Amino acid sequence: MLASIIAAGLASGAIYALVGVTYNTMFSTSRVMSFTAGQLAMLGGLFGSMFTLKLGLPLILGFLLTLVCCAIIGIITEFIAVRPVLKNLDQHLYVLSTLAVALMIQQVAAIKWGTEPQPFPRLLGLGSGVWDEKFWLPVLACVVTILGLEYLYRRTLVGRAFLAIAEDNFAARALGLPERNLRIASYALAGIIGGVAGYAGGELLLAFFANGALLNFYGFVPVALGGLGNNRGAIVGGFALGLFQQAANFLVGGIFSSVAVFTLFIVVLLAAPQGLFGGATARRV
Amino acid sequence: MAVVTTSPERSDAAVPDSGTWRAALTHAAPFFGMLVLALLLPLVGNDYWALIGTRMAIYWVLVSGLNLVVGFAGHLAIGYVALLTLGAYTTSVLVAGNVMPAVPVFPALAVAAVVGAIFGVIVGLPALRLRTFYFAMSTLGFATIVTQIALAWQSVTGGGIGIAGPEFPAPFNTAWGFYFLCVGIATFTTWLSANVARSRYGRALIAVRDAEVAAEATGISKPKMLIAIFLLAGACAAVAGGLFASLQTYITPDAFTFDLSVLFFIAILIGGRGSIMGPLLGTIILTILPEIAAPLAAWSTFLYAVLLLVIVLVMPGGIAALLDFRNRKPLASNRAIVPRPAALADIVRRRTGDNALALRGIALSFGNVKAIDGLDLDVAPGKIHGLIGPNGSGKTTTLNVISGYYAAKGGTMTLGDDALPPGMPALRAARGIARTFQTPRVIGEASVLQNVMIGGTVEGRATFVESLLALPRNTQDERMLAGKARALLGVVGLDGLADVRADRLQHSELRFIEIARALMLDPDFLLLDEPAAGLSGDEIDRLGELIKAVSARGTGVLLVEHHADLIFDICHQITVLNLGRILAAGTPAEIRVHKEVVSAYLGG
Repeated sequence: MLASIIAAGLASGAIYALVGVTYNTMFSTSRVMSFTAGQLAMLGGLFGSMFTLKLGLPLILGFLLTLVCCAIIGIITEFIAVRPVLKNLDQHLYVLSTLAVALMIQQVAAIKWGTEPQPFPRLLGLGSGVWDEKFWLPVLACVVTILGLEYLYRRTLVGRAFLAIAEDNFAARALGLPERNLRIASYALAGIIGGVAGYAGGELLLAFFANGALLNFYGFVPVALGGLGNNRGAIVGGFALGLFQQAANFLVGGIFSSVAVFTLFIVVLLAAPQGLFGGATARRV
Repeated sequence: MAVVTTSPERSDAAVPDSGTWRAALTHAAPFFGMLVLALLLPLVGNDYWALIGTRMAIYWVLVSGLNLVVGFAGHLAIGYVALLTLGAYTTSVLVAGNVMPAVPVFPALAVAAVVGAIFGVIVGLPALRLRTFYFAMSTLGFATIVTQIALAWQSVTGGGIGIAGPEFPAPFNTAWGFYFLCVGIATFTTWLSANVARSRYGRALIAVRDAEVAAEATGISKPKMLIAIFLLAGACAAVAGGLFASLQTYITPDAFTFDLSVLFFIAILIGGRGSIMGPLLGTIILTILPEIAAPLAAWSTFLYAVLLLVIVLVMPGGIAALLDFRNRKPLASNRAIVPRPAALADIVRRRTGDNALALRGIALSFGNVKAIDGLDLDVAPGKIHGLIGPNGSGKTTTLNVISGYYAAKGGTMTLGDDALPPGMPALRAARGIARTFQTPRVIGEASVLQNVMIGGTVEGRATFVESLLALPRNTQDERMLAGKARALLGVVGLDGLADVRADRLQHSELRFIEIARALMLDPDFLLLDEPAAGLSGDEIDRLGELIKAVSARGTGVLLVEHHADLIFDICHQITVLNLGRILAAGTPAEIRVHKEVVSAYLGG
């Protein structure tokens, strides 16, 4: 029993963590929390199911096409919902504009793929029981993504430019960094990370349009736990949330595990508004 | 409906009151028009229209409460369908009696209102400390889990099979009977929300939304305000849920899609923030839209989303801004601010106490920078104390310590014999300390008069419930605040602009609005942060006269300023700061010849 709780907890935790990283990737270059994060993961599942199962494309090709499509959605989000509202960031219009895009994505998905969960292909056919691939694939995807991001941020010029913009947008622009292009790139990157989350979690969550709203929330909880823009916090928070949810599921039953997660979310926000790993507040007066 | 909240000014309140009734009527007339149209609907429509009309009324019951949260307080509650669901199931389960003995439908509706109010607050808790995205997320999360629970808790909710909605007794059991019941309840909630919107609580909500820091300085307690409207909005939503369940006759979790949430939320944004008529029209339009465009019904959420995007990007003011004809008229371009300080005597109580504001050894550092380092300062009643020094010398920081935005790390502050606790800016107004800000913090979307009235929020005596029901004490508060605010606008020379939206004014006028707002408190101490910045020479002279008149009424003034002429002209005492320390202190004559001050700051 314990083994299955841990397996399911780590698997869903990895998906939540990846969605959290998707939020953070968009936030780092634009200071915008975008409602499209969960939708991107939802699309990862739907595109994966469509390319591999319906169109019968080879696994690798289907996977790559999924990521490309998600990256394009990410870029479109930047163009229509983020760029126009960046001028008055303090009015928080991005909440509305990204919500609008997220709703459009969700509605189109519901009409195109139906409102019932669609089957997701068995990718490798490896493992069974608690070692089934549907449990370890998301964890593997999460680890690979973290390593990839670490490499990007630490070893490549583009990655360092990302960090510079996240640290101090004005100073980075004064240095001549192409802020706008980097922002577009970060939205594409966020699309890819979201796509990976949805694809790797496809066997667990199925290809289902309503996963978007669900992952929006469950992916945001780790961000709130870890502090905005803090990837390490999001990953720790994601796995903690997954395990907590599965443990609650086992202990108090399915009805109340989501209540437990929601209560945890509210309590943490009230106790540590900046997240458990977050920084200090900005100057107000 | 809204007319009840605005009684005519009495003529002895030194206010020109002609036309107040007319103004109130103009406000209320559109609502009466809508009500008449709603009552005439049975004459023209069949049962199909009864259904649409009922749905509209039910949605509006929810939206009228939610409007206070979204439109007035500016909190983006996107998952309010959850509270509708909660109300629907609570009413249905109580009436069906599958858990406990069956309850008649009206008491069940009342219980649902209480449950909705409680959950409205729980969902809103993150909004008390955090803004925007967090609250949006908590409402979204709540919406997600409520549906899951409704599906999973089969013994109570019937799970996916569902449960019968409550039936109302005669005469509400026919299509039109039920329609009239819903219209009646909708009229009542409109009245409630209009009462709140037009009371000091409604203004305080907008103040917290658009000028939170200034709102704190006027003593507005954000948590209390928000909890009150979350209770109201939650109750409205749950009552709407009970009616909705009855309209549906049978409810399953599928009936409460997230699309409904989107409809409620977007109706408010299309309508425009800070308006009641706008969201009402928005609700009607969005309810009818899928009916007249039936082939598009499947795409309705997509259309709502497109509308949302268009509104955000193209017309953030919504319908209300389109209907705001009054603020289209151009303002005179050559207007001058001519304060009439003499009129102060009629408005502001004369201070008689001799409590001084005293700071001893105040120290505060940001990281390694010592912003203030051992500051002693006394502001005596009826005196003007100038605080000058180069940029970064700690002048504004000192004001922020006094008004509680920063908690000093060392030293003491006393007001008379009482210690002034560090931090807690919202408690300063009650202690008689008012202030203005270096950059005017004014609510652009509110009228000049409303902006000034906000300064007197702590003077009001009516409780939230009294305001909600427009009881006499609220009417007295409103009359008192409006009269005083108009009189103070006369004092600062802006009485001609009382009804203009504040964001249409010039910078110098905003500075005088802030002074009028601060004077609403009858402050014992007035802290002015560079009030002359951006003013013309004439205006600075008039400002000086005004400040002198204020202090002559017994108010102690602490004046941070860079205009040396103004300082030396009107101050009784001057303290010169440099790098957080006192460089010199004394009378203007002493400071003018102080060697270090002249070389460090004044020049020459």
